[in-house]
Amino acid sequence: MSDATAGQVLTTQDGKPLKASLARALRREKLRALVLIAPLLLFVVLTFVAPIVDMLFRSVENGIVADTLPKTVVALQTWDPRSGEAPDEQVFAALYDDLAIAVEAKTHTRLGSRLNYEQTGISSLFRKTGRRINRMDEAGPFKDQFLNADKKWGEVETWQVLKQYSPRYTDGYFLSAVDAQRTIDGISLKPENEQIYLFLFGRTLFLSIVITISCLLLGYPIAFLLAHLPLRTSNLLMILVLLPFWTSLLVRTSAWKVLLQQQGVINDFLVWINLISDANRLVMINNQTGTIIAMTHILLPFMILPLYSVMKTISPSYVRAAKSLGATDWTAFWRVYFPQSVPGIGAGAVLVFILAIGYYITPELVGGTSGIFISNRIAFHISSSLNWGLAAALGTMLLVAVLVLFMVYDRIVGIDNVKLG
Amino acid sequence: MKLRTVILAGTALAMASGAATAMDMTIVSWGGAYSASQNNAYHKPYMELNPDVNIINDESSAEAVAKLRAMNEAGNVTWDLVDVVASDAIRLCDEGLAMEIDHDTVLAAAPDGTPASEDFGDLIVSECFIPQIVYSTTFGYRTDVADWGGNTPDDICDVFDLETFPGKRSLEKRPINNVEWALLCDGVAKDDVYSVLETEEGQAQAFAKLDTIKDQTVWWSAGAETPQLLADGEVVIGSTYNGRLFALIEEQKQPVAMLWDAQVFDLDGWIIPTGLPEERVAAVKDYLMFATDTQRLADQAKFISYGPARKSSAPLVGQHAELGIDMAPHMPTDPNNAKNTFLYNYEWWADYRDDIDAKFQAWLAR
Repeated sequence: MSDATAGQVLTTQDGKPLKASLARALRREKLRALVLIAPLLLFVVLTFVAPIVDMLFRSVENGIVADTLPKTVVALQTWDPRSGEAPDEQVFAALYDDLAIAVEAKTHTRLGSRLNYEQTGISSLFRKTGRRINRMDEAGPFKDQFLNADKKWGEVETWQVLKQYSPRYTDGYFLSAVDAQRTIDGISLKPENEQIYLFLFGRTLFLSIVITISCLLLGYPIAFLLAHLPLRTSNLLMILVLLPFWTSLLVRTSAWKVLLQQQGVINDFLVWINLISDANRLVMINNQTGTIIAMTHILLPFMILPLYSVMKTISPSYVRAAKSLGATDWTAFWRVYFPQSVPGIGAGAVLVFILAIGYYITPELVGGTSGIFISNRIAFHISSSLNWGLAAALGTMLLVAVLVLFMVYDRIVGIDNVKLG
Repeated sequence: MKLRTVILAGTALAMASGAATAMDMTIVSWGGAYSASQNNAYHKPYMELNPDVNIINDESSAEAVAKLRAMNEAGNVTWDLVDVVASDAIRLCDEGLAMEIDHDTVLAAAPDGTPASEDFGDLIVSECFIPQIVYSTTFGYRTDVADWGGNTPDDICDVFDLETFPGKRSLEKRPINNVEWALLCDGVAKDDVYSVLETEEGQAQAFAKLDTIKDQTVWWSAGAETPQLLADGEVVIGSTYNGRLFALIEEQKQPVAMLWDAQVFDLDGWIIPTGLPEERVAAVKDYLMFATDTQRLADQAKFISYGPARKSSAPLVGQHAELGIDMAPHMPTDPNNAKNTFLYNYEWWADYRDDIDAKFQAWLAR
């Protein structure tokens, strides 16, 4: 290479360096693309990312104690729960100051119902004390007056809960979500008669896997037929697949009730043909069987459609070629056709599994006690007990579980091996 | 030019008509026959008297607590009046989501001048709560069960008696009421039920009693389930709200009868959400003054078999609007039905609900 060519910079017609000009054009291109997708990006951030982050945050957020009882929280710092005695007068004086303001703002009952999740009885303790606070003597001494209002103020457990939940952030919800609790001696499992969440997580995973597998077993042959029958027949079949898909979820679930219950259509028929006796009617609903049957039916289209769209793209000439080389029908299917349909299986299975793991209305209606999912408890804590922190912690764990399974799937099957068509 | 004039004129017209006509009032309730009874007894007559008010029915009471909290956090409360059960009213009041009211100034006095607070009496269980009806959770049973050999259950403990009354039962999928009934039938005196339930042993005792019928029980979560299960013959005896059983027996003529023994009274009523602008609060209060007076509460009982919450309304309860039968004998408060009743302890459950519910769900799952 000569010096002359190395020093010479390629320029465009208007004299600018070609490299810079190209970079500018590319940058402009990128910027335009970004502007074009900006509305979508903003929409996704606002309606998807922000709510999820907000929910994750609720599972650790615990500002309510420090906000409602600021002085008490500070005064409690020097109190040692191991002393086995309630705090001294100074803490009670701080409590009086805080509660007087809280009662004025009517926030004391809110704190009471928050702490009642941790210790039974605190809800009424705060309500009761709130009613008495205006009648207390402002000059003190306060400890006796509080003990007169409710003797629970003299118990170490009450103060221990207050102290333990005074930081602005807590791991308490996550501990509850794995059936654990923090006591004076550290973290331990809850008593056996209160353990439920880990068990429900396990059951949710197990049932979701069973539902995914049964969807695959039922859906694969149907998708195969759809992809290979003549157009007229396959269109009709497609409508049969889509029709239930368009029907309301509740209607389909109720229909299963009518079919499966002990005095229902299927049992009546079995009794009528003398296969079972009237006294031994099958129990097919309000248990796991009911959940599996109803959810398999509801989620089946989500398995069939991706399978179908992948199978549609598999060229029939491969199977023909295999057969012309001497393969039997089975070998041609198993060695040639099936591997090409695996991306469809992957897409369908991931779709069905992720939908199944978060289902709650169908298990609630047909699951009885042995067929309910973790999402039923999340719904309960959102709408009924108002323990949103615990609901958020359970939801976070469900989200993490799905992400972990997704990664495992990526490792084993490969995410680029998933196709929706 | 012409188009602009038209648009301008149209806007002006719309604004003028907006000012002159309806102010919308969103009232939240339970839907179904219950909302219909409120519509007939309260909303329609009120709108006739006040043509400028337009009442919008929202059927979200089942999720009211969670939705109100979300609205409050978002700072945009779109509901004017909400129908909730008493325990939810207490919870909303505790959370600062419902407005505390002075019952004597907001509500009308009885026709004889008794102030509202006395007319409603003990049923005002929270400063935020405006009682409307008394309903009860009680049992219905099929009258055509061959296995029972002609016996009919007349005692709450017959629910736990699988020998005399074999067959499936249905109970609500929550601890409230079930644990009380279990203890009553395990030899605990009525007055001691809650003090026994406060102890670990008492709770274990209740669950042990429920264990005896657990594998014969279908658990419901919506009030409509038990009537359906009874009608289909899926269960032979089951608990639900008395109004649902009334509809099943009197309107659908199913072979079902009421047990009534140890029925648990509960209350349903209104709360006003906090965070409403003043003029909306004033409008709601005007509606409440009308809709909770003695005559209106008695009118509601023409359409549904729930007892009016005012003492002064009881003598005014008449006949069912369509069936033409006397409603008094179908009221949970009727002396014949209320021979043995159980009072639901709201304060107690506000404290113990979280704890016992966790244990109950763990017990159910096992």
